[in-house]
Formats: sequence, C-alpha cells, structure tokens
Amino acid sequence: MPRLTFAAQVYESRENESVLECLTRQGVTVPHSCKSGVCQSCMMRAVRGAPPAEAQKGLRESQQEQGYFLACSCVPQVDMEVTLDAPELFLVPATVQSLVSISSKIARVRLRATQPIEYRPGQFVNVRRNDGLIRSYSLASVPQQDNYLELHVQRSPHGQMSSWIHDQLKEGDTVQVSTPRGECYYRPNALDQPLLFVGTGSGLAPLYGMIRDALRLGHRGPLWLFHGSRKREGLYLVNELRELADTHSNFNYVSCVSGEPGVDGYVSARADAAALQQHPDLKSWRVFLCGHPDMVKTAKRNVYLAGAALRDIQADAFLSAH
Amino acid sequence: MTKSLYETLGGEAAVNAAVDIFYRKVLADQRINRFFESVDMDRQASKQKAFLTMVFGGPNNYTGKDMRTGHAHLVKMGLNDSHVDAVIENLGSTLKELGVKDAEIAKVAAIANSVRNDVLSR
Repeated sequence: MPRLTFAAQVYESRENESVLECLTRQGVTVPHSCKSGVCQSCMMRAVRGAPPAEAQKGLRESQQEQGYFLACSCVPQVDMEVTLDAPELFLVPATVQSLVSISSKIARVRLRATQPIEYRPGQFVNVRRNDGLIRSYSLASVPQQDNYLELHVQRSPHGQMSSWIHDQLKEGDTVQVSTPRGECYYRPNALDQPLLFVGTGSGLAPLYGMIRDALRLGHRGPLWLFHGSRKREGLYLVNELRELADTHSNFNYVSCVSGEPGVDGYVSARADAAALQQHPDLKSWRVFLCGHPDMVKTAKRNVYLAGAALRDIQADAFLSAH
Repeated sequence: MTKSLYETLGGEAAVNAAVDIFYRKVLADQRINRFFESVDMDRQASKQKAFLTMVFGGPNNYTGKDMRTGHAHLVKMGLNDSHVDAVIENLGSTLKELGVKDAEIAKVAAIANSVRNDVLSR
C-alpha cells in the first residue's frame, strides 16, 4: 500500500483508503466537511507523488498544476508527500445581520461580510465556526439586490452546525465564510430556454437565488419551480414566491406536499414527480435540482430520461454531515 | 486519401451528439439498465463517451486487459452475450437516429463485436 508523508511523519494507508481517512485514522487533524469532493474544505497539496485525477475534480487548473487535491477523494496510487498549506482558501469574517425562523425547520440567516464577496446566486459558501467546524450553505441572495449573504439553514436531527445556528447563533455574532464556489447558478446564455427548478427543504435557497437572478437578467422562457416537503410546515417563502409568480407572467410556482393528502393550494406529490407529470417532455429544457440527495439522484435520472441533455442538468445534493 | 471511420462519422462532435442519446436508451432499456446504474451519472456518461469513441474507430487507449478488468464485476452480475447484443442494438438505433448510413453502422457494430470476448472475460 502507498505511504503518505505528512509533517515529516510516515503514515501507512490501507486498501481503498482516502488520504483523509488515512490521516484522521492515525490522529492527524485535517479540516473537512462533506467527504464527497464538493465542499473543498479538505484541500491539501501534493509535494511529491501525483494525486489521481479524481482527487482534483472541480479544482481550478492553476490549483491542479500546483498539486492541490481533495483529501477525501484521493486514494493514493503512489507514495505521496502532502501538506496542508492551502493559501487560496481564504476566509472572510461575516457578522450576523439577522436570524429568523421562517418555518419549523428553516432559519434564514443574513450575513454581512467585512469585505465585498463576489458570487453568483446559487453558489455555496463554507461557513466556519470559531472552533473549526465547517459546513456548506447555498446562497439565496442576489448581490445586485441584497446587501447581505442569505443562507437557509435546515435543522437536521444530529446536525452540529445547524443546531448551533438555530439554538445559539444570534445577531451581531461573527462566523467565517469562504470564497463562494459551485457550478449551480444561472447563465444568461439562452434567454428563451425553458427552465425547471426542483427543490426539497432548504434546497430552495439556491433556487430562490437563481430564479430571482434569471428574472433580473431578463430571462424570457418559462421558469417552473416545484418546491416540495413532506409536510406543509416544511415549505417556506410561500407568499414571496406566489407574489413573484403574480408579478412575472413567465414564472410558475408549484408547492408540493408529499406526506399529507389533499391540502388546499398544494399539490400532494413529491416535487420531482409533480414536475415530471406536468412536464413529461424535457427536451431542450435546463433543469436545476437541489436538496435531499435521494431526490436529486432519482430526479437526475428521470429528467434525463425525459429528454433533458446531461449538460443541461445541474444537480446540487445537500449532504448532511456524517 | 480515404477518410477514417471516425472522421466519416464526424469525430468528437459526433461522439458528443451520440452519447446523450445512447446513454438514455441504455438507461431506459430494462434488459440491461441494471449494469449501467451508477452513483455518478456524469462519470457513467464519460465512460460511454470513451466507449463510443472506441467503436467509432477514434483515438483511444483501451486494451483487452482494460476491457476485462473494467467489466469483471458485471460478468459476476450475470453479463452475457444477450446483454452485449442489446448494447449493440442500442448503438445501432442511436446512429440511425443521427442519420448514419447502414454501412457505417455495420462497421461500428463490428468494432463493438471485436471486444465482446474481452468484455465477457472469455
């Protein structure tokens, strides 16, 4: 098995073990969060021994050339010497401007960064608590319209960060936020293309940002949003979205409840199923899927089978910590 | 100079056009879709792209050994001649949809058939 050298110590790796698993198993602290190659908080650099291409997926070309890689996605093929210097991962302090419970499970957090942050609505930031705990959250705000970064934090039963945000974080507190990242955002390159947005729970956050961005940029094709939750109380921004639909004739909003039958004004079905039932032919559509990983996985397959091209499907699975 | 099969078919652009249609057919085909289920559809699609490039006669680095190791787990799942036939059938209907002539489709099918024994670990 390949060996890893880190801070002048040698670590034996096991079969199919990632650099992250190998080092943490042997007591080395490596910052990490999603363990799925998405959040990039476990970025390391290879000083010796090339990381496999898989471990550099999603990194910028300049970072790849310098040997940066994601420890969680790197199963070493050769002996490697690795370091934790990641100078490009810089964090900006941000103050909580407001924190409001907008449904039984969702807190809307608005942050003011101490320096301007450039982003596209729908991208995500890593939020770092003072003790080093990191989680990724998508941006629901639109920089041209909102002077804050807006996150929707869904409380998860054993979520350390979400519980802390819901129960303890308050206005005036400070957290650190990373440079925004991610490919899930609206591109104004096909203004007449029909757009389908499907989200569950706080998967609405990036969709809400992207939809408002698309409307702001003059998107002319139809936009359909299907937002789903098991229960009605899990839905949020219902009035804001209905109002947006009233003021924009090409924007359509369907709220879906899958765990309660026959609720007035809501479709009783899963959001992805309702979307496909209404739009069985998605040829030439662009599709955005955000939220529960099972929904995203199933829906990605089904919208592809319904005719959407793979390059036109943008999927953002919200992984909870494990 | 005569054009290669890959050039006749339209090179990488043709592969890109074909992969979306081909992978969709395969995923929708109850006879074989269980072999193509994958956590990551994009990774699966890039494998299909490599496969199409090869059967189009394009530049590829496949060796018989790759074919064997790459499909060994599928053979354990029961992959056999009937499934390879179904894949080649989907390949043919994809190309037909794209307006490729029967003579070229036959050449593509012949290349696909040439790796059958490696794919099936025989």
